[in-house]
Amino acid sequence: MKQNKGTLRKVLHHIRHYIWLMVLSMLLAALTVAGTLYIPIIIGNAIDCIIGKGNVDLDRIIKLLINAGVVAGATALLQWLMGVINNRIAYNVVRDIRNEAFEKIEILPFSSLDKKSIGDTVSRVISDADQFADGLLLGFSQLFTGIVTILGTLVFMVMLDPVITLAVVVLTPLSLFVARFISKRTYNMFKLRSETLGEQTAFIDEMIGNGKTVKAFCREDNAEETFCEINGRLEKCSLRATFFSSLTNPSTRFINSMVYAAVALFGAISVIDGGIAGTAALTVGELSCFLSYANQYTKPFNEISGVITELQNAFACAARIFGLIEEEPQTPDAENAAVLSDVKGSIKADHISFSYVPEQKLIEDFSVDIKPGQKAAIVGPTGCGKTTFINLLMRFYDVTGGTIFAEGHDIRDITRRSLRSSYGMVLQETVLISGTIRDNIAMGKPDATDEEIIAAAKAAHAHSFIKRLKNGYDTVIGEDGGNLSQGQKQLLCISRIMLCLPPMLILDEATSSIDTRTEAKIQDAFTKLMKGRTCFIVAHRLSTIRDADVILVMNNGSIIEQGRHEELLAKGGFYAKLYNSQFEES
Amino acid sequence: MKILKYLTKGYMKETVLSPLFKCIEAVLELFVPIVVANIIDIGIGNGDKSYMIAMCAVLVGLGLAGLAFSITAQYFAAKAATGFSKAVGNALFHHIKSFSYSDYDEIGTSTLITRMTSDLGQVQTGVNMTLRLVLRSPFIVFGAMIMAFTIDVGSALIFAAMIPVLLAAVFGIMLGGMPLYAKVRTSLDKLLGRTRENLSGARVIRAFCMEESETEKFRETNELLTKQQKKAGRISALMNPLTLALVDLAIIVLIWVGAVRTDSGDLTQGQVIALYNYMSQILVELIKLAGLIITITKAIACGKRIQSVFDSGDGMSEGTEENGFEDYRYSVEFRHADLRYKNAAENSLTDIDFTAEKGSVVGIIGGTGSGKTSLVNLIPRFYDTTYGDVYIDGISIKDYKLNALRRKIGVVPQKAVLFKGTIRENMKWRDESATDEEIYKALELAQAKDIIDKKENGLDSIVEQGGRNFSGGQRQRLTIARALVGSPEILILDDSASALDFATDAALRKALRSLENTTVFIVSQRTSSIMHADRIIVLDDGCAAGVGTHAELLENCPVYKEIYESQFRKEGKAV
Repeated sequence: MKQNKGTLRKVLHHIRHYIWLMVLSMLLAALTVAGTLYIPIIIGNAIDCIIGKGNVDLDRIIKLLINAGVVAGATALLQWLMGVINNRIAYNVVRDIRNEAFEKIEILPFSSLDKKSIGDTVSRVISDADQFADGLLLGFSQLFTGIVTILGTLVFMVMLDPVITLAVVVLTPLSLFVARFISKRTYNMFKLRSETLGEQTAFIDEMIGNGKTVKAFCREDNAEETFCEINGRLEKCSLRATFFSSLTNPSTRFINSMVYAAVALFGAISVIDGGIAGTAALTVGELSCFLSYANQYTKPFNEISGVITELQNAFACAARIFGLIEEEPQTPDAENAAVLSDVKGSIKADHISFSYVPEQKLIEDFSVDIKPGQKAAIVGPTGCGKTTFINLLMRFYDVTGGTIFAEGHDIRDITRRSLRSSYGMVLQETVLISGTIRDNIAMGKPDATDEEIIAAAKAAHAHSFIKRLKNGYDTVIGEDGGNLSQGQKQLLCISRIMLCLPPMLILDEATSSIDTRTEAKIQDAFTKLMKGRTCFIVAHRLSTIRDADVILVMNNGSIIEQGRHEELLAKGGFYAKLYNSQFEES
Repeated sequence: MKILKYLTKGYMKETVLSPLFKCIEAVLELFVPIVVANIIDIGIGNGDKSYMIAMCAVLVGLGLAGLAFSITAQYFAAKAATGFSKAVGNALFHHIKSFSYSDYDEIGTSTLITRMTSDLGQVQTGVNMTLRLVLRSPFIVFGAMIMAFTIDVGSALIFAAMIPVLLAAVFGIMLGGMPLYAKVRTSLDKLLGRTRENLSGARVIRAFCMEESETEKFRETNELLTKQQKKAGRISALMNPLTLALVDLAIIVLIWVGAVRTDSGDLTQGQVIALYNYMSQILVELIKLAGLIITITKAIACGKRIQSVFDSGDGMSEGTEENGFEDYRYSVEFRHADLRYKNAAENSLTDIDFTAEKGSVVGIIGGTGSGKTSLVNLIPRFYDTTYGDVYIDGISIKDYKLNALRRKIGVVPQKAVLFKGTIRENMKWRDESATDEEIYKALELAQAKDIIDKKENGLDSIVEQGGRNFSGGQRQRLTIARALVGSPEILILDDSASALDFATDAALRKALRSLENTTVFIVSQRTSSIMHADRIIVLDDGCAAGVGTHAELLENCPVYKEIYESQFRKEGKAV
């Protein structure tokens, strides 16, 4: 359980909000156990009234039975209430943990986000949390009642014979010891199982998520083969974890039956020889009563050891969620971070350097000064790292040296929110969120009116296709945009920008998937939009590049040339070569 | 549920033996009171210590035997449960494999993932617990009832009356809980979708400062889920108290009847005690059963969701042909083909009719949403035509074996995705037997060789999930190379050069022109990409607005002319 201590502390930390519910639950557990132990006593009294033919005290029996009925009804009600409260605690705790995990996802730095497997993270937030809820619920509902039952019966036993009770009390930890021994060894098995499950989820996510590509290449069989391999491993480690953990119950039950046999033997001897160590001897009736209590006393130990197994699994799952929750978040905005307002669009990079991994320097000692309203084109062969620069501008990554200034402020000294909302970004990869078309357009301006949204869609020439959808702007688009074409998705992304009209623009191949006819139409709108706004444009279209105020030429991840079109051509360097290559006859 | 066949088929032995051994253990447990009675009656009665020791040894022996049976039973249960979930997982993956593109569109990815992971996990737990307890509890319940009948038929009738009432209560709660658990699972799907979306779309979400509103939405969905869980939990929490109250009621009735019958001389006090003990035994078992029922209820709700995946997906029927006519003139023919997506109101393609000669280049151009991708998706039979037909090498594609058909075709989809593994593994997707030489040739054609050259490990460089350690342009070129490995007869480039810069795009086109035996379909937005094609198809709102060469179309297709001119104005200045 040592490995679990940290996790246990964290779980307790989350439960602390529900401390009063916990107290209530324990109270109800005590009442319920008292009720369940009391009913047999009433019934026993009633049986005592049944002595033989013609010797039955029916009047007293009726009274006793009515009592029993009332107690039974009350106990049932209290027990139900306890169940409801336990549900509430367990599900609320898991809800809180899930929320925390999700909030963490939202503030993880891209350096760790980009390294994560989506499937594995999803499996932590969904499956692991689910398993944890189940374990927690079981823990609450059986742990309390178990403990209270043990205490209750202990009291009764001590009243009957303290010496044998002592023997029982000394012997029973044996079963707890066995339970601990087993759970210690199964923790790693459960952890391996959780990890294999994560691996499997990641694989399913990749293969089913891209099911269409898999089919296009007839790779279904290969995917199935790999799946079966992972699934086979999962079976093996689940079998080990399930089986070895299920040993707990039979083993503790065995130990308990040994305890029972010992009580029977010593009890019986005590009856014959008179009291052990000078205590009063037991009667036969007391011995049978004692035995039944011994039985009742050990039973909860079984349950508790069963619960411990479940908790074992639950904790292994919880550890994975906490692993996510405890990840280092991005450096938070400084407390006195300025809010960028009234942005004119001046961006200055001052001797910046950057690398994703220390071994590979990408940008070194690069400076550029972009004045309000200027257009900066980022040019370079495919895969030259144009997005790296955008990552720095938006502060998805922080520079490793030098400073980027926006409006004269170091961008690390202003809030991310105000920095990012000063930019309008259209990426080549279109990302839509599940929701309606309206939700997707209004992303940057949630309080936009219908008129504004439609105007933006019209400006982006998205209105005509949206209108043709079954429910127009209220059409719900599923994950990944569903049936919309790539171009339609891009039009929606452009509509977003048209709606919030930010002071600076980042256009990464913003129109790559849009046909030229439509593009020509929205070009006017774009031109209007770009006027007076600072723009960073990743493009291959010559017209945009040639008109740019500054061209940043990138290759192999670093910026190698900068200047105006004519300057760069005259220089006869990399840009000139790139520019001239398009005139070669294809 | 039909999925249970995977349990009975592969794990019949375990499925039968596990509960059976549990029953034997239960019987052994039932002997304990008899032995103890003997210790008291004979041992104490005669003051015989050696008899007492012997009887205690019997108790130890019973315990040991019980332990052995129980461990074996646990092993069989674990084996059957994990084996079952493996079999169902494999079968599920196998089934999803047969999904057509429309099936994917209809079902959605998130829900498939929860069903394959978390739902299956719940079913596994359900099977495991059921096997351990399912026979034992009814065995003791009915056993106790039978014992009651041997004592006194009149009183035993109370047992006979109570058991159906109990069953009704148990199953009522189970049936009442099931739809609620189904709702819980649906919300869990939604939660999964949101989590996934926020991971894959993190850049856009942060660019728009949506973190807070996304968190709010997640919280809402999470709150709904929690509410539904609590509601389902309230019903399930009834199980224990209700059954308990029912048994208590039965005990009260039993004592009353027992009292009256003893008064009249039909019963003795000892018999009443025995009957009471049996009733108590039933009670203990029911408490165990109640926990099991909740697990089973959840497992059934999850099992149904898994079953529904098995029941969905029409798949696609396939023919038997492997190859078409060898010397047939046309590689691909569209014969008046229509396409309407499932549940769509209108056709996406209408009356598409053209031919493509072997080795020719076909360009497809048209506005956003005009049906370009739909058209090329018909060639590898990703979707079936709703009217008309598509022929490859003179044979309808419906008569081909699907794999034989798709192996002829190299597809470069719009979305450039690579898969976890090495570059070599990714490159071998179309042709398992491709040599490094062939791979390098394809990479060269796709202008992707420099990507590999720059990597330390060359073809063995690691590709992370989805290929996210490569840039968009790199991925695009690699996916083109992937389609070219193994020299496909037909190559489909679905707007696959969008992330490529001008120079690379031009070099790529030049390289593709050198492929003599491959019929190439190029979907593009740029006239420059397709103007040299042997045949250009101009799509407008799902209909062919023109089919012909660049010169012909400029002559007689106004739509094409407009596209060309809009582009010429923009980029033509430089050319």
